[in-house]
Amino acid sequence: MNLQIAMLLGQDGMTNGAIYALLALSILLVFTVTRVLFIPQGEFVAFGALTMATLQAGHAPALVWLLALLAVIATIADLLAGRRDTGRYRFGTGQALRLGYPFVLIGLIQVLPLESLPMALQAALTLALVVPLGPLCYRLFYQPIANAPVLILLIVSVALHVAMVGVGLLIFGPEGARTQPFGEGGLELGPITLNAQTLWVLTASLALIVALYLFFERTLYGKALRATAVNRVGARLMGISPVFAGKASFFLAALIGALSGILIAPITTIYFDSGFIISLKGFVGSIIGGLASYPVAALGALLVGLIEAFSAFFASTYKEVIVFTLIIPFLLWRSLTSRHVEEEE
Amino acid sequence: MNPRLQTEPGTPASTTVPQTRRSNAPSTRTVLAVFLAALAFAPMVLPEFQVTLLNYIGLYALVALGLVLLTGVGGLTSFGQAAFVGLGAYTTAVLTTATELPGWIAWAAGSPWLALLVGLVLTAVVAILIGSITLRLSGHYLPLGTIAWGISLYFLFGTMDILGGHTGMTGIPPISLFGWELDKGGEIFYLIWAFLLAAVLTTRNLLDSREGRAIRALKGGMVMAEAMGVNTSRSRMVIFVIAALLACASGWLYAHMQRFVNPTPFGLHIGIEYLFMAVVGGAGHVWGALVGAGVITVMKQWLQDLLPQLLGASGNFEVIVFGIMMVLILQRARDGIWPLLAKLVPVRAVHKQISASAEPLARRPMPAKGELILEAKNVTRKFGGLVANNNMSLEVRAGEILALIGPNGAGKSTMFNQLSGVDTPSAGEVLFRGQPVAGKDSREIARMGMSRTFQHVKLLPTMSVLDNVAIGAHMRGSRSVLPSAWRLDRAEEARLLKEAARQIERVGLGEHMFAEAGSLALGQQRILEIARALAADPCLLLLDEPAAGLRYKEKEALGDLLRRLRAEGMAILIVEHDMDFVMNLVDRVVVMEFGEKIAEGLPDEVQKNPAVLEAYLGGVE
Amino acid sequence: MMLARVETNTATRTVLEVRDLTVAYGKVEALTKANLVVGEGQIVTVIGPNGAGKTTMLSAIMGLLGSKGEVSFDGSVEGVPSVERMVTRGMNLVPEKRELFGEMSVEDNLLLGAFQRYRGGKRDHRETMEEVFGLFPRLKERRRQLAGTLSGGERQMLAVGRALMARPRLLMLDEPSLGLAPLIVREIFRIIAELRRRGVSILLVEQNARAALQVADYAYVLETGSVAMEGPARTLADDPRVIETYLGLGGKHQDMLAT
Repeated sequence: MNLQIAMLLGQDGMTNGAIYALLALSILLVFTVTRVLFIPQGEFVAFGALTMATLQAGHAPALVWLLALLAVIATIADLLAGRRDTGRYRFGTGQALRLGYPFVLIGLIQVLPLESLPMALQAALTLALVVPLGPLCYRLFYQPIANAPVLILLIVSVALHVAMVGVGLLIFGPEGARTQPFGEGGLELGPITLNAQTLWVLTASLALIVALYLFFERTLYGKALRATAVNRVGARLMGISPVFAGKASFFLAALIGALSGILIAPITTIYFDSGFIISLKGFVGSIIGGLASYPVAALGALLVGLIEAFSAFFASTYKEVIVFTLIIPFLLWRSLTSRHVEEEE
Repeated sequence: MNPRLQTEPGTPASTTVPQTRRSNAPSTRTVLAVFLAALAFAPMVLPEFQVTLLNYIGLYALVALGLVLLTGVGGLTSFGQAAFVGLGAYTTAVLTTATELPGWIAWAAGSPWLALLVGLVLTAVVAILIGSITLRLSGHYLPLGTIAWGISLYFLFGTMDILGGHTGMTGIPPISLFGWELDKGGEIFYLIWAFLLAAVLTTRNLLDSREGRAIRALKGGMVMAEAMGVNTSRSRMVIFVIAALLACASGWLYAHMQRFVNPTPFGLHIGIEYLFMAVVGGAGHVWGALVGAGVITVMKQWLQDLLPQLLGASGNFEVIVFGIMMVLILQRARDGIWPLLAKLVPVRAVHKQISASAEPLARRPMPAKGELILEAKNVTRKFGGLVANNNMSLEVRAGEILALIGPNGAGKSTMFNQLSGVDTPSAGEVLFRGQPVAGKDSREIARMGMSRTFQHVKLLPTMSVLDNVAIGAHMRGSRSVLPSAWRLDRAEEARLLKEAARQIERVGLGEHMFAEAGSLALGQQRILEIARALAADPCLLLLDEPAAGLRYKEKEALGDLLRRLRAEGMAILIVEHDMDFVMNLVDRVVVMEFGEKIAEGLPDEVQKNPAVLEAYLGGVE
Repeated sequence: MMLARVETNTATRTVLEVRDLTVAYGKVEALTKANLVVGEGQIVTVIGPNGAGKTTMLSAIMGLLGSKGEVSFDGSVEGVPSVERMVTRGMNLVPEKRELFGEMSVEDNLLLGAFQRYRGGKRDHRETMEEVFGLFPRLKERRRQLAGTLSGGERQMLAVGRALMARPRLLMLDEPSLGLAPLIVREIFRIIAELRRRGVSILLVEQNARAALQVADYAYVLETGSVAMEGPARTLADDPRVIETYLGLGGKHQDMLAT
């Protein structure tokens, strides 16, 4: 191996690492706010990438029907819950918007020239299709058992992941897809050329991280989410409802997931079940951060990307084994430094 | 208050007496006999396809049973059991097919039974290694860890040349039993189900024993169990290894049934499916494993035919149904299908028998009356800048009741934690029978003869009062996992139960002996905690608000009990708010406010002390 | 147990009316058919020994705990009181454990107190914060500090200040004097009196019975989950049975010790 190859591998590692870092942050956010270990995070990556590919191929994404179905079920669930609590069916503007939204999208997809849309619009449409699935998932799968122990929520996450992979196969089929690159050429930097897509991924990830930072530090809504993570009871007493916090964090998780999918799709071929392994690497990052520290989680995820790239070069068959056994020293370290605390929820 | 996955595992028939309730219902034994008979005839009457299905159900149930123990009873979740199945399958595949093995292992070549032995040992070693890394971590790290090693082992199976890569290994011989080759589905059927039934019975035996109580305390009762002298880390490791061994045995059977192995059935998605089986069936019940394995296996067959036709595309769409079904079960019926099924076939309710003839347990010699038992010397505890205890000193002697009182927030709980060794003072020391308490864990302190109750009652609500109290006597028994599983512990178990029953009678809960502990009124639960503490045969009793929530008569009875214990030479320290109760009962009172001792003396002196009055009623300007 | 109805609270206009409130933890009832009224601009206190169910009562009124019975706030009944709904309607609870956001600054803690108002479109949190700083100048000095680093008294001030950011009609305080030194307790009670002067109705749960009875208009004595006594605070302050409840002075132990 020479410097050239090392730089190339490093570039690869940084690109994937940046994506893993985004996912690690998202996983951490969802966990601290809702105590849900969001295993299906990866499915949002796959859905984002494959929806973008579908649009570029000029097909109407069938995902919109899933969105419509979930919206209908959520509306019925809300109506029933309203009746149980107050004895009346209540149908507010919120419900009406949620119910109407997918049907507006269905109409839009019919009239828009999907294939020839500018890439930015295709990306926006992809986000408009995928992101609402996040809050819907929270409403249907997690909200009814929001107070359950972490382990139950984790099993629900795994179940949801399994179901979503099946749905992904149904909607997108077994073939993989790759999207068109955002730009051509690259940036000459001394001996190596930085690939345009790499630059896109790095810039977009960085921009997203800064935006998230500003959201959590500067806005009241961001602070409200942080407050829920710090002290759930305290937040409820301020009128920050767990439902609001849950939906908001799942919205962000779906947004980050879908965006990651759009960013990574021109580099790697994504299949309906590719998301899982990608998001697990985000998990490794957040575990390195002790499921608590954002900066450490992001750096950990970056490290995962780099180690993955270099082990692909040295021992390609053992690449995944190396990446996943990477968490063992960290688990070991944590088990030696932290005392077991009984979960009392 | 949390809904749980687990409920009480069934009580086996062998140590039980029939109860009058539902006396016309069949006994569990009858139901089991009918089930076994049906099973024995199944391969003779069913078509081959159905027998194969039953074989798979048996294999899956074996793994799911391990998960019932691990997840349902012990509260530890694993998605990685399929990897242990793979370990068992590949070990036997390599050993029974390899032509040249290195010398050190050559003795095991060619024989499936020796390969099983090697597989079990290997699995136990791997499980202990993985367990020692992950089991000490709190809740969610373990399942995340299991996902990681589940994937890693799967990739290893697929990449190692000796294991045949992704194409796998063929030519695995059938198992032979006393010269009988089990090479047909209808033959290995009996071996599979014999393994499963043996595993179910040993698991049930294990859960109904001293070790079993310790295991059942893992879910929601670890702090309590440690204070009663239970080594909870050991119990966690025990169930983790047992679950891994069951999975390994399933893999061994699988390899010899299929006669070839490849990595696919040992991947993470199958590991997830195993957990689904346990949860769907009812993760708290040994039979839930069988029900879950049956339901998922049959449904999978059926859905794999139906869904592709319905959806007009090919693929594993049954996972959508399974995923949604899991979510619904966790949302609506967290205990799974088994409890619902059990309701349909009512069997006689049975209770444990207390043997009158069992020999009483040995007791520790009581210290002489007046001997100094517990001494706190200038204990100070700071949390950051906050001084919770400042220069507190007190002593308790044998045959004396000391009350520690003070208004809310005075630092009594912190002091209690220093005395009981839960927390370590920033300065000063606590001596129990002359030895410092600091640096010892709850188990050692319990063994020295200090026993306690908790301010927020800590008991296992779905276990009977008897079992709860028997946990207190844990340290006084010694029979371990294997004797429990094979029923060699009955003499000792009878002694432990007799001691527990004696303490229950003594505190006046005799009529509730077999009731679920969670069904008692709060006051009675506090009394139960005293019985549990007494079952440990202590010489010092630390009681945290024992009278809270008691009615007048119950308080009188509690007072009488404590007086009797005092007369026997027990040293007792109580933290209490009920002044009437305290003042009537105790020998001396220590009053705290703002973390300091503001008064100490006889009850009636203390009551007239102006500083105490002000502390309790608040200052007036 | 003595059940003495001295009289009932006949406030001119009621803010809070609780009827037959019952809370059970599993099969154990922690509060049994409690009735309580808080009038407009009143300070009503609930006193009683530890474990009597005072905190349970407040949590149930707020909707943090499930309960049976009727809670009517500001004239209308909530079937299923939910915390968020109660906060929106102007009820705020300062819990016994304070429940501050320890890893966030004092200023952020206060700001979050106004979350529900902000969400409802009332963006006057800057002015409200100045008012709170007026009441608690100490908080202004420490506005950049993390809440977790405050002393016990400052934490209590922050908890009250945070609740005031919502401009509540009814403020419920759970043991505001808990673990605080006498000087700070006096300060807290001074502020409670000041709040009433500004038109906030207050429901005060206290163990510090003397101080509570001194500041309150009306009082309820809770004992093992039910209301044992009630009456104007001044009347109860002189009632010897209140002291008995706390100190167990009425018992027979003196006789026993004599023998």
